[in-house]
Amino acid sequence: MSQSYNRGLIEDFGRWKEFSAGMWAWIFHKFTGWMLIGYLFTHIAVLSSAITGPEAYTNTIQGLESLFIIRVLEVGLLAVAVFHILNGLRLLMVDLGVGLEAQDKSFYASLVLTAIITIASVPTFMDGVTL
Amino acid sequence: MAERYSSFAPGGTTWLLQRITAAFLVIVLAFHFFLLHFVNHAADVTFAGTQARMENVGYFLTMVLFLIAGTFHGVNGVYNALVNQGLKGTQKKVVLAVLVIASVALIVQGIYVALVMAGWT
Repeated sequence: MSQSYNRGLIEDFGRWKEFSAGMWAWIFHKFTGWMLIGYLFTHIAVLSSAITGPEAYTNTIQGLESLFIIRVLEVGLLAVAVFHILNGLRLLMVDLGVGLEAQDKSFYASLVLTAIITIASVPTFMDGVTL
Repeated sequence: MAERYSSFAPGGTTWLLQRITAAFLVIVLAFHFFLLHFVNHAADVTFAGTQARMENVGYFLTMVLFLIAGTFHGVNGVYNALVNQGLKGTQKKVVLAVLVIASVALIVQGIYVALVMAGWT
């Protein structure tokens, strides 16, 4: 028999000191989700330079990639995407009822794996750019 | 029986679609990042290189499906987050209409860009 559970208003972020691992996972997933959909609109806008012509497209991409700040933002985007993917896999497991008792540990694992993958990718992402 | 903590109403079509697109996006987003940052460096991207990839029908269809799945998953996620925050009534209907229009515009624009990239316009 399932029973109802009064979680209170977790949308009240003023309660952050009471938050447990699962709530942080929920907040991080939402936050990274907002960033990813925002980026998707930006991404299609930038790629639309192809409509102007091949040269405009190549110059737009290479011009942006020559900027240090863009490379830093790309590393940030990678971190956001990797966390959203890993925590998303965790959520699919939660929805299937698999490993519910370890849902806090799998959140910590998502964070650690995200950090490792992001740090390991920094040299590739920063290749050939200077301040 | 395990309690549900998901913020999505179970049993609905959008609930299922959110999970199906999630499983698809996990694979394709990882592929996309890997292809355009590790196999090909983003800084070396040229129109000719993009065209060579996009001319491949399988790649083109994967990218179009990626766009549709990503847009649905992202916009539906935003909508659910707003409903969770207490959005209801007329405001809810207006927000849904705006999000649907934005999604359709993004998908149409994205497919047009992909066609231009492939040289099929």
